[in-house]
Amino acid sequence: MDVLIENFSLYAQGFLGTVELTVYASLLALVLGFLMASFRVAPVGSFRAFGTVWVTVLRNTPLTLLFFAVLLGLPRFGLVLPFEVFAVIALGCYTSAFICEALRSGINTVPKGQGEAARSLGMSFTQTLGTVVLPQAFRSVIPPIGSTLIALAKNSAIAGAFSVTELLGTYKTLNELGYSIIWTFVWIAVGYLIITLTISALFNVLEKRYGVAR
Amino acid sequence: MAVDPLIELRNVNKHYGQLHVLKDIDLTVGRGEVVVIIGPSGSGKSTLCRTINRLETIESGTILLDGRPLPAEGKELAALRAEVGMVFQSFNLFAHKTVLANVSLAQIKVRKRGREEADKRSRELLNRVGLADQADKYPAQLSGGQQQRVAIARALAMNPKALLFDEPTSALDPEMINEVLEVMQQLAREGMTMVVVTHEMGFARSAANRVVFMADGRIVEDRAPEAFFTAPESERARDFLSKILKH
Repeated sequence: MDVLIENFSLYAQGFLGTVELTVYASLLALVLGFLMASFRVAPVGSFRAFGTVWVTVLRNTPLTLLFFAVLLGLPRFGLVLPFEVFAVIALGCYTSAFICEALRSGINTVPKGQGEAARSLGMSFTQTLGTVVLPQAFRSVIPPIGSTLIALAKNSAIAGAFSVTELLGTYKTLNELGYSIIWTFVWIAVGYLIITLTISALFNVLEKRYGVAR
Repeated sequence: MAVDPLIELRNVNKHYGQLHVLKDIDLTVGRGEVVVIIGPSGSGKSTLCRTINRLETIESGTILLDGRPLPAEGKELAALRAEVGMVFQSFNLFAHKTVLANVSLAQIKVRKRGREEADKRSRELLNRVGLADQADKYPAQLSGGQQQRVAIARALAMNPKALLFDEPTSALDPEMINEVLEVMQQLAREGMTMVVVTHEMGFARSAANRVVFMADGRIVEDRAPEAFFTAPESERARDFLSKILKH
């Protein structure tokens, strides 16, 4: 208990760092994932190809490697941003590949006739996807997207290795100060639990609200 | 006979892989005409119906609607589809929207009507198909026959030039078939141009101007219903009719 009370501001900083990374990267991942899923079901071949390449590359690259590529690679092309922003980009792009696939599997659960009916009424691809297919797909993708965002929250720990302030990274300072390693990690774990259980709770509410009405 | 052609198919061909599903199809549907397409399953009649609003693409030949060729993709194709209503075997009502919203959606999105105007028109149409009191329910709460009547109202809401029916009663319980056929009969009497793929010979006899008999991807006969049912010309049609009219 002492570890937490005596170093509360350090813990709080780390906790907030992880929350920020999680929130911003989640938003980026949801937006990009949504975009890529639309690409992957689009009637235009080059869009589909782009979406497929995006998913294949990002989903199959180890996240640490992706962090190296973004944090060390992008500055070489003259793009210099704070490490926090780089970390959000790396995490967001990586997770977007998983969101895209979850959304796409949801789109595939909507019977083909729904899209055909919308198109036969003269609705465009965007209208069909936005007003008929995705609202129905949304219901079945709530649970897998929740899991993906929880994974994102935990993956954000990798950013600590690139000197971004986040929860797991606090152990280094505490360790140097001579605190018990076990209690240090117990409180870190509690911090992660608060974040991941909040995401779980949020998605449970969403599922109760939108998941069943059919 | 057809003085004013609305839908014209000329020399249309289509394959599914090795299977040649449409072979040199020529068909003209005049304005205000009701054409019923019958034939054994796998004869290509549903595919033919779906090519008319390009839910199925074709490999060769031309399809003209009101004198203009079908656009390939994009905005023009969407605009054309708005002019040709389609009613499906499996109803395909939007499962997440109420009956009223089902009928209003495309009016708002495609015809750019205001919500109130669209809802007013939707209620008129629902009244016409006898479902005014079901407007606030979801499709899953309705019977099959009711769902199909909503689907017809939804297609009518766009003020289409023609309606395509792809086996509209094949997924229905026998006792619900009539309520759908009655709505279709009424539309036929009002002069709607209709292409109907069906197994309902009674409907073909009473409502059709012409009966088109298809087998193995070809149009085998294209005649007035009375002539077709009493004296089919081809062996294939005689065989088909003897099988379905026996009991």
